[in-house]
Amino acid sequence: MSAAETTPQRIAGRGAAPQRSLWHVILVRPETMTLVLLVLAVILASQLSPFFLDISYILRSFTLSAEFAIVALVLTMVIIAGEIDLSPAANMALSTCLFAWAQASGVPMPIAIAIGLVAGLAMGALNAFMVIGLQLPSIIVTIGTLTLYRGLAQIIAGDKSIRMPEWFIGIDKVLVFGVPATVAIFVVVSLVLGLILAGTIFGRQIYQIGTNEVAARYAGIRTRRIKLILFLLMGLAAAIAGMLTASRLGSVRYDLGLGGELQMVLMAMLGGTYIFGGRGTILGTFLAAWLLVVVSTGMTVANLLPAIQLTVLGVLLIVAIIATNLIYSRAQR
Amino acid sequence: MLKKSLIAMAAGLALSTAALAQDKIDIVFIGKNTGNPYFDSLTKGFVEACQKIACNFEFVAPATAEATSQIPFIEAQIQRGVDVIAISPNSPDALNQVFDAARAKGIIVMTVNGDITGNEAHRDLTILPTDFTKVGADQIEMVGSLIGYEGEIAILSATTEAPDQNFWIKGMNEAIKDPKYAKMKLVATVYGDDQPEKSTSEMEALMANFPDLKGVIAPTTVGIAAAAQVVQSRGVADKVKVTGLGLPSEMRDFVKDGTVAAFQLWSPYNEGWLAAHLAVDLKAGKAKNEVGSTFEVPNLGTITINAGNSINTQSALTTFNAENIDQFDF
Amino acid sequence: MNALGRILARRETGIAVMIVLFALAVSLYKPQFLTLNSLRVILLLTPLVMIAAMGQMLVLVARHVDLSIGSMLGLSAMLTGMMFRDLPEIPWGLGFAVSIGIGTLLGLVNGALVTFFRLPSIIVTLGTLNLYRGLTFIVSNARQVDRQFIPADLKGMSQTSPLLGIPWIIFMAFAVALLTYWFAMHTRVGRQIFALGSNPIAAPLRGVKVTQVTLLVFAISGALSGLAGIMYASRWGFVNPSNTGFGFEFQVIAAVVIGGVSINGGVGSVLGVMLGVLLMGCVAAALPLLGIPGTAQSAIYGAVILVALLIDRSVRRQGIARFKAARA
Repeated sequence: MSAAETTPQRIAGRGAAPQRSLWHVILVRPETMTLVLLVLAVILASQLSPFFLDISYILRSFTLSAEFAIVALVLTMVIIAGEIDLSPAANMALSTCLFAWAQASGVPMPIAIAIGLVAGLAMGALNAFMVIGLQLPSIIVTIGTLTLYRGLAQIIAGDKSIRMPEWFIGIDKVLVFGVPATVAIFVVVSLVLGLILAGTIFGRQIYQIGTNEVAARYAGIRTRRIKLILFLLMGLAAAIAGMLTASRLGSVRYDLGLGGELQMVLMAMLGGTYIFGGRGTILGTFLAAWLLVVVSTGMTVANLLPAIQLTVLGVLLIVAIIATNLIYSRAQR
Repeated sequence: MLKKSLIAMAAGLALSTAALAQDKIDIVFIGKNTGNPYFDSLTKGFVEACQKIACNFEFVAPATAEATSQIPFIEAQIQRGVDVIAISPNSPDALNQVFDAARAKGIIVMTVNGDITGNEAHRDLTILPTDFTKVGADQIEMVGSLIGYEGEIAILSATTEAPDQNFWIKGMNEAIKDPKYAKMKLVATVYGDDQPEKSTSEMEALMANFPDLKGVIAPTTVGIAAAAQVVQSRGVADKVKVTGLGLPSEMRDFVKDGTVAAFQLWSPYNEGWLAAHLAVDLKAGKAKNEVGSTFEVPNLGTITINAGNSINTQSALTTFNAENIDQFDF
Repeated sequence: MNALGRILARRETGIAVMIVLFALAVSLYKPQFLTLNSLRVILLLTPLVMIAAMGQMLVLVARHVDLSIGSMLGLSAMLTGMMFRDLPEIPWGLGFAVSIGIGTLLGLVNGALVTFFRLPSIIVTLGTLNLYRGLTFIVSNARQVDRQFIPADLKGMSQTSPLLGIPWIIFMAFAVALLTYWFAMHTRVGRQIFALGSNPIAAPLRGVKVTQVTLLVFAISGALSGLAGIMYASRWGFVNPSNTGFGFEFQVIAAVVIGGVSINGGVGSVLGVMLGVLLMGCVAAALPLLGIPGTAQSAIYGAVILVALLIDRSVRRQGIARFKAARA
């Protein structure tokens, strides 16, 4: 991950900053903050309820958010590139409704899965077309497509739920080395994307686009193509996450993943991704996903009002972003 | 904290060795969402029952009534090791897997105030407020008596797939075929999605599309309040009669100012009361979860478990009007 | 360019034409859409959104966004409703001061976080969206304030009419719009908001006090959400911790963007926003009349937002082209 840690600063043209000791570089980082919060959350949660500290329960609880967490990893890359995508949860619903609908009307499973994946890609492509092709702000475009995709899912599936075949149900119950399969997928995707972002030219170019798109273009980076790839990846990840959710729930409804965009953005932000682009790491989002799960699971198992969870999440988001900003502004000084 | 739980554990051990019957069972009720006034009364039934009999009770609910929002709460109760989960399910099928996991741990899963229709095998039993097969006919009779058994009527329901409402609407469509209602005509069924804004728009549209409308049945608490408000603000309470299923606390003003003459519901309190008693009896072996078996509940008398392991708290709907509405505190 | 051409090129004209065409198209199938009563229904759907939209417009013009309006509406309505319930002898008019005051306070918190910590408003208000909603549950103990506790006079404002059968709250919404127009166009501070939004770097050089202006727009957005909060209690007659104001921000932002306010700051007009709100109201009133099921509504709203964005883009392009042509 070391390449990712130094790259943004180098690109920001702060090479003249005084040399810092190693511990300073490691400690004054947003990911460190996320890790500290995670440890604190675990301690607090185990104080709140004697039933919390049980690794298999925490892993099981993670399966409830694992689909969002997988998409949040890709979203982190999109945000680093200076864009945002609020439509993935709606994309999950629409692509999975299409998949389920095809499957229920007798299309063989592999083709139904292909339909779902292509639908996810197409939705990513539409976002990309409006943002890159038509130069519209991604935040408003994806608020629009969020509403549109969810609405189309509602038209296709109505208010009914579509059953999944028995054999398709329960991927979250399959254990890979003692870890639920969806959690294992999340870990693997984190590793792969983390390596891509930190260790490849493609990854470095993403940081450069987010730091200064015009400069990146003059430096010969194909900014439009990279952003297109990211939006397509987003669509694909959403479609896959939708199908994992379908397997976990056993049925598909238009409200699958409703409100998930908030959780995904929260994971990226809590992990120290900078909302204006150019900064952030997969490691941060990875830790933040666990932080969110620990916080909400700890409070749920203590039978606290969900209202307190909302309040804590809101405060956490603001605190995290204040800390991230302070850390980055110190790093720049 | 540790000390406290040690003491509790010691006390628990002492109790269980002394007298098994005095062991308190843990019941948790998971509502559809928090802030829903309907569940205040239902919860009160549980709370007051557990003050008298051997149970500890807790109420939890997600912030929104969306299909999957109850899953983390059920998982948490499994982890806590409660004895009984009572739940008003937000989805007829998205909870199947987690219900199975709970029952595999020996937890009794009872759906209260609504069932997982079509997936009954995934729960142990259901407690419904009344015999749902009679609701449709009762509501048609109610609106008929208000409009003098003559004229156009319409239905303002919740969501298009709300299972209970659809079951009642089916009953209404059957009941209206009775020659007694020959001069009544059901002209439309619309859906307000249980949102005040949308229900209001649908009600306004009903009145614009059917100028001769005489009566509206809204078998949902949000819908009936919205419909009453439209009629009240248009000042047409004498022309369009609104009735349906509503909460007395939400409808009191409309009944007192004459906007709504009468509406119906049941006692949510009794559902909680009955559920708590049944849970304790089942765990103590005093009652059996078998079709046809009976058990005693104070104030409610002898209760029978009907086909499909389904239990009703009352045989017919309660009608509320200007005379009796002040007697109800929910 | 002649006067007629200028009017035709304006964004507001485009929305007005869309409203007329939409109304005519609907009335082909349902003639009752073009009646006085249906106008009343449409207008009654709009006042809350219109009031909050005025605040949101100013925030967007200043190059920020406020996602927390629905939760500010909910929290101020809840506290006001609880005051009505627990202190019934208090004059109901005081509810307005309380609700607007709480809203202003909440808005100032947003503004302070944005200015003093230099945080992006979209994230700050995403945080306070959750925070304020959570507080609403906590202060109310997750209990609804029932209809019987809302003062009859307050509820009457949504029903009794001073003129033409149009209830009071609609007049209030239009009054807020007029005030906003005066404030934005004819006061120094109002113009400074536009200056700040169109060029945040140059604005301080021109004497714009960035901190104060930013705090002010968020305070106004909070105050108007508070006003919308007590009007919610008037319109619907109850305050619920989870429903009241939930998802309101999407409606308002959609209406404001359709009304031609640029998400990039510096551009927006009160008339445009009012027309945007009215167009949304027309759509919401027409769908049930046409018997289009609720399931289609969300998709239609999404499509309307995207179409508005596309129109906005082509209008801006034409404007730039014309500007260039005029200079050449």
